[in-house]
Amino acid sequence: MKILSYAVAAGLAVASLTTTASAADITGAGATFPFPIYAKWAEAYYKETGNRMNYQSIGSSGGVRQIRAKTVDFGATDAPLKGEDLQKDGLVQFPAVMGGVVAVYNVQGVGSGQLKLTGEVLADIFNGKISKWNDARIAQANPGVTLPSASITPVYRSDGSGTTSVFTTYLSQVSEGWKTGPGAGSSVQWPVGQGGKGNEGVAALVKQVPNSIGYVEYAYAKQSSIPFAQLQNKSGKFVSPEAKTFQAAAANADWKSAPGFGISLTNQPGDEAWPITAPTFILVPKAPEKPEQVAEALKFFDWSFRNGDQMTMDLDYVPLPGPLKDQVRATWTSEIKDASGQPVFKQ
Amino acid sequence: MVALSQEHLVTGADVPARRSSQPSFDQLFRLASLGSALLVLIVLLGIIGAMIYGGLPAFREFGLGFITSSVWNVNEDQYGAWVAIVGTLSTALIALVIGVPLSLGIAIFLTQLCPPWLKRPVATTIELLAAVPSIIYGMWGLFVFAPLFANYVQIPVSNIVEGMPIVGTILYARTPSGVGILTAGIILAIMIIPFIASIARDILDQIPSVLRESAYGIGCTTWEVVRNVLLPQAGVSIIGAIMLGLGRALGETMAVTFVVGNANRLSGSIFDPGSTIASRIANEFNEAIGLQLNALMALGCILFLVTFAVLVLARLLVARVKVG
Repeated sequence: MKILSYAVAAGLAVASLTTTASAADITGAGATFPFPIYAKWAEAYYKETGNRMNYQSIGSSGGVRQIRAKTVDFGATDAPLKGEDLQKDGLVQFPAVMGGVVAVYNVQGVGSGQLKLTGEVLADIFNGKISKWNDARIAQANPGVTLPSASITPVYRSDGSGTTSVFTTYLSQVSEGWKTGPGAGSSVQWPVGQGGKGNEGVAALVKQVPNSIGYVEYAYAKQSSIPFAQLQNKSGKFVSPEAKTFQAAAANADWKSAPGFGISLTNQPGDEAWPITAPTFILVPKAPEKPEQVAEALKFFDWSFRNGDQMTMDLDYVPLPGPLKDQVRATWTSEIKDASGQPVFKQ
Repeated sequence: MVALSQEHLVTGADVPARRSSQPSFDQLFRLASLGSALLVLIVLLGIIGAMIYGGLPAFREFGLGFITSSVWNVNEDQYGAWVAIVGTLSTALIALVIGVPLSLGIAIFLTQLCPPWLKRPVATTIELLAAVPSIIYGMWGLFVFAPLFANYVQIPVSNIVEGMPIVGTILYARTPSGVGILTAGIILAIMIIPFIASIARDILDQIPSVLRESAYGIGCTTWEVVRNVLLPQAGVSIIGAIMLGLGRALGETMAVTFVVGNANRLSGSIFDPGSTIASRIANEFNEAIGLQLNALMALGCILFLVTFAVLVLARLLVARVKVG
């Protein structure tokens, strides 16, 4: 008995020693949109390697602020930084995962996927220019669907968010009136409608308010089973939001066209492309003061790129295409160097 | 007399050793308590200073227009606080209009009319209301109260008043969603009731029972006792209690953010969505950068000023009532 307990104690001591030795805890902060998948990856990563990744979902601009102040090992943002900002702050940016934003609605007798909207109609609904559900422009795209003559209540995110940024970027691309009016941003001046806080606030309002329409992240709409609309993409086809159409949006993208992969995936060409798709980004310093920490962070993302795709899809996000992952790894090797000029990331 | 002074002398002579240590201890104690009091003051001044410093760029950029403008456009970096100020004041006012009579009713019932066996359960329930976290009020307000409120109040009332002058505007819901200025006011009322009610109850309890008994003795009814004896006696302190509730209503953040509708628009109807200073800050602080952050800080300053003004007003009111 005694020997056994000694053995257990010794085992525990060894275990605790090894964990302390190998535990390289990394911290990240930023975007709320990818938080569920980062948390999932972190959990699996911890189980396999014993290394912790602690992510605080404080919002994209918080993430940018924190990585600028170097209080975290990596920052996360939904809206990509511009090339000049990356240059100025000495940061490297790469995408980690993609997701979609969908239009959800509550119209009596119109089930999920039955409503079809063009980008311009969607913009004009949120602009207040189309105010009734039986407006001729909505009816035109929806032959055979009975729409009520009720007023439309648009519902938007009241808190500043990457979701709003992606949604309004899309509206600006498809509608001149939106571009010159409210414009694109993480919070804009909405001419009509009501604001809900967070995805859950928007979803709750849409569920409660008859004849309302809102926008939420795809994963959220799917999990809370709110009807979502088909949207017309750049090729003129109506598509439903699903993994296939998100991937189609990423397939044709020219990731190298913007510094730091900072392209927008909204309104991409392709018959199957979902028009409101967006990547979310990670920021790490180019010449890190603590190269070993950044190396650990990159190891985490490398591990997640290799092992995390199923988890990503389980949570209704979209994994990056394989070639893009290779491009991202190549960027790590070529751009992130320690003081002696050696690449921080080693495959 | 002589004995007493002698005794005094004796004790004085008896404990010189203890005495000598006392002044320094006294000094220490005085300093410690002074320090505690000063610490609060310093923290408060620090907060005000930081808010003013943070908000200054916004005040400098927009001047007085920051208060009077109702534009809040993040993309164009144009900020004005008017909608949020109006929203803050109107939700707090609605909360008082609903909450104060209810609270006083509760306090009077508990102290004057309540059978003893019921006193404890009712009083405990009221105090428990104060212990409910505000986020719970917010979630309950949004998921439970708002749909009921839309179906059983907003829609019927809107149907009745539609087209009428004045009430047809104030009580007409263009989109009966259940959230809005009035909903926020009602939730706030529930939140401030425990504060006002329990203080008012304590005050009423402290009124000497001889006053009440003499009033009953000369044949007053319960109503007359409450109206003519108790309320005038408790008046000033009750105003204090109300102001405490008002302070909470003005600054409440989470619950209001959930149910106020978060629209930056002025509307004539209390069923329409609006926003308050605190809800605006809660919504946008996470993602705010640059001038937007300054504008939010400036909003914080204004909330500080409004709350401060309310407190000063309450003090003045109390002072005037006391003199009268």
